[in-house]
Amino acid sequence: MFYSPYISKPDSVAQIMGKVLLALIPGIALYVWYFGPAILVSITLASLTALTTEALMLKLRDRPVMPFLKDNSALLTAWLLALSIPPLAPWWLVVVGTAFAVVVAKHLYGGLGNNLFNPAMIGYAVLIISFPAQMTQWVAPHGLGQIELIFLDQLNYIFLGVLPPDVALDTITMATPLDTLKTHLHLDEHVNQILDMPIYGRLAGHGSELVSLGFLLGGLYLLAARIISWHIPVAYLGTLLITAGIFHLFDPSLYVAPMFHWFSGAAMIGAFFILTDPVSSPTTNKGRLIFAAGAGLLTYLIRTFGGFPDGMAFATLLMNICVPLIVLYTQPPIFGKKAKGLDNSKGQS
Amino acid sequence: MMKLHHFHGGIHLPDHKSQSTQSVIAQAPLFSQLIIPFHQHAGETAKPIVQVGDHVLKGQLIGMPDGFISSAVHASTSGTITAIGLHPVAHHSGLPNLCATLIPDGQEQWCQREPVDYHSLSPEELQQLLRMAGIVGLGGATFPSDIKLRIGKQKVNTLILNAAECEPYITCDDMLMRERAVEIVQGAEMLRFIVDAEQVLIGIEDNKPEAIVAMRQAVAKSGASFEVVAIPSIYPGGSAKQLIRVLTGLEVPSGKLPTDVGVQSFNVATSYSVYRALAHGEPLLSRIVTVTGNVQQAKNYEALIGTPMNELVELSETLPDSNGYIMGGPMMGLPLPDIHVPVVKATNCVIIASKKIFPPPPPALPCIRCTRCVEVCPAELQPQDLYWFAKSRDFGKAQAFSLFDCIECGACSYVCPSHIPLVQYYRFAKSEIHSREKEKKAADIARERHEFRQHRIEREKLEKAEKLAARAKAAQALKSAKADNAELNK
Repeated sequence: MFYSPYISKPDSVAQIMGKVLLALIPGIALYVWYFGPAILVSITLASLTALTTEALMLKLRDRPVMPFLKDNSALLTAWLLALSIPPLAPWWLVVVGTAFAVVVAKHLYGGLGNNLFNPAMIGYAVLIISFPAQMTQWVAPHGLGQIELIFLDQLNYIFLGVLPPDVALDTITMATPLDTLKTHLHLDEHVNQILDMPIYGRLAGHGSELVSLGFLLGGLYLLAARIISWHIPVAYLGTLLITAGIFHLFDPSLYVAPMFHWFSGAAMIGAFFILTDPVSSPTTNKGRLIFAAGAGLLTYLIRTFGGFPDGMAFATLLMNICVPLIVLYTQPPIFGKKAKGLDNSKGQS
Repeated sequence: MMKLHHFHGGIHLPDHKSQSTQSVIAQAPLFSQLIIPFHQHAGETAKPIVQVGDHVLKGQLIGMPDGFISSAVHASTSGTITAIGLHPVAHHSGLPNLCATLIPDGQEQWCQREPVDYHSLSPEELQQLLRMAGIVGLGGATFPSDIKLRIGKQKVNTLILNAAECEPYITCDDMLMRERAVEIVQGAEMLRFIVDAEQVLIGIEDNKPEAIVAMRQAVAKSGASFEVVAIPSIYPGGSAKQLIRVLTGLEVPSGKLPTDVGVQSFNVATSYSVYRALAHGEPLLSRIVTVTGNVQQAKNYEALIGTPMNELVELSETLPDSNGYIMGGPMMGLPLPDIHVPVVKATNCVIIASKKIFPPPPPALPCIRCTRCVEVCPAELQPQDLYWFAKSRDFGKAQAFSLFDCIECGACSYVCPSHIPLVQYYRFAKSEIHSREKEKKAADIARERHEFRQHRIEREKLEKAEKLAARAKAAQALKSAKADNAELNK
């Protein structure tokens, strides 16, 4: 068929997704620096699982395999999920989570473009509910653990579950900064006391704060490349800042400072890479502000008062549910219906 | 410098205009046969008033406007009408249309031309003259100009000459302005006189510096206080409502006309033909056509209405790897399945296509709701939602989301990373809605008829029954009366 327009911008879904993957690189690089190369194994495992299950589902659904496989969307889901799983997690944890994300959260909803929920976050939610123990064994950052495993030992542990004979699991893993904070607050310690622990760095967790900074950098690139608009990251981080700020001012010994929330856990990767997933976020700018503000508030509430270590995933999923409604109620006026009546003799600009 | 405004969205396009502006407008030769359609304008088809075998003169009326929105059609040269019948034409429907076949005698013998002094005539008289001169909008929509000049009680403050020519490849207005700016400006003064506008703005995209200079000189020479405004080259800056927005800051309300905000706009080529019609008494017999794309020498031609397009494009020598023809620009142009159609008043450009110029798009992927289309939509719609509704045939929702405010500019399709032919979906939805409305109307009429028939049958039955009852009653009364009489007589 031959119809207008006959020209198009040389752009593609694969390129967009590819740029998002590229933007994750600085964060991943810092991750490797502080937590060792095990994360690269998880990313590879997740990628392979995602591509295989994607191909399988496309085949089952009788869709063309190659055009979809090349769109990079499954890879992005895989990377985001791998980054939210402890790097020393057993191999099957990554595989199960990724497979669930691709098969159930993506393809059972109709594949690319049709998923109501962010697939990576669905994968994370399933894992944290089903395998809470494995999902909280985070490797200690470089320079903090009693022992650091060499890469071969890490591989042995991931695939065979075997540690070197003289090493106990406790000596190589530790709770996340968010978890540690929560535990110690329960012990009636003051925020300031807690933050003096070696696990904490300048802003948040030692090492992890820099990984967050890496994701922030990548996010700024996405903004500059016009892959995402400013609405979601600004509203998300802004709400997190304001909410945390209010609580912190209310009682600084109980509620940690806003910057801690920005640079710990999944806040940065969430603000720029997860909430901004176009498929599962609103299409109107006003809707994006509401959506991200809601997610920011929920993240804070879950982190501070909830039972899970981080609130990002559940905040995303809860706000995903609201997207159709938000979009419906935030429709902007169209050209020709913005001016009131016919009396717009002055014009507007 | 006047302050310019913005319209939302729009796209920057590679303009490909220079290839057809290297040489001056060439006069297309008189070909051996002209095919002149009677429907070259928006509205009703003109009524043929010549017979097969008639000898006609150049400029002679051959099609009479028929209906309020209609326009006149003329013989583009002198010669003999050899046929009046259906012939393939360039039209979205792809259906053939009523055309006159004119075999030129080569004499170019004019009919009586009557130039007028427009100052001495009333707007109504001038409108009628333009209607009978077959003047229609030459920007592509071919709406009869006389209708646009009938402003009734409304007041037009600003007259806009649309010289944006925002589509890539097309340069017919550009070349016309470079070469015939003086006439265009005089035509603009005539249009201004008819609508009694206070201000005349001539909007030209800034990728046409030569035209801007030529027009500024012509305006200065004429002594008129028109303003030639260079506007940014952002597609679709030549769309009427967007141009009005840029030049005046006014927003024409959805479903309303520019005159509702005191503005009226005409294409520059229309202005030129208004001048020819009034100052020289020449009806619209020819227009400038850009022939470009996959050709040896892209060029603008002044071609008579009815010129066979296949012969016209050969003047520029199409290259061997050509694979199709487009009438209009690459964003909104009409594909021509058959090049054996005549040049009409709407023919601003013919692009010879090839795989190299217009590579076929990769297969479409699902929409990922990235909203690049929202960012560029000049009507500020939600193209991704309209696509969704059109695809799922949820036409009510599509209408609620202002489907009919879509101007089909194609900006959304252009930027879509999933390469979805979005505009096709909107056209489909629009035509489905139209045909459903038509069907519904027909069904309503049928139902009304049926109900009326039922009602009539019922009524007749009732009347019959009433009559019967009355008769029976009368018979009864008669009987009893008779009986009474009998009693009495006893």
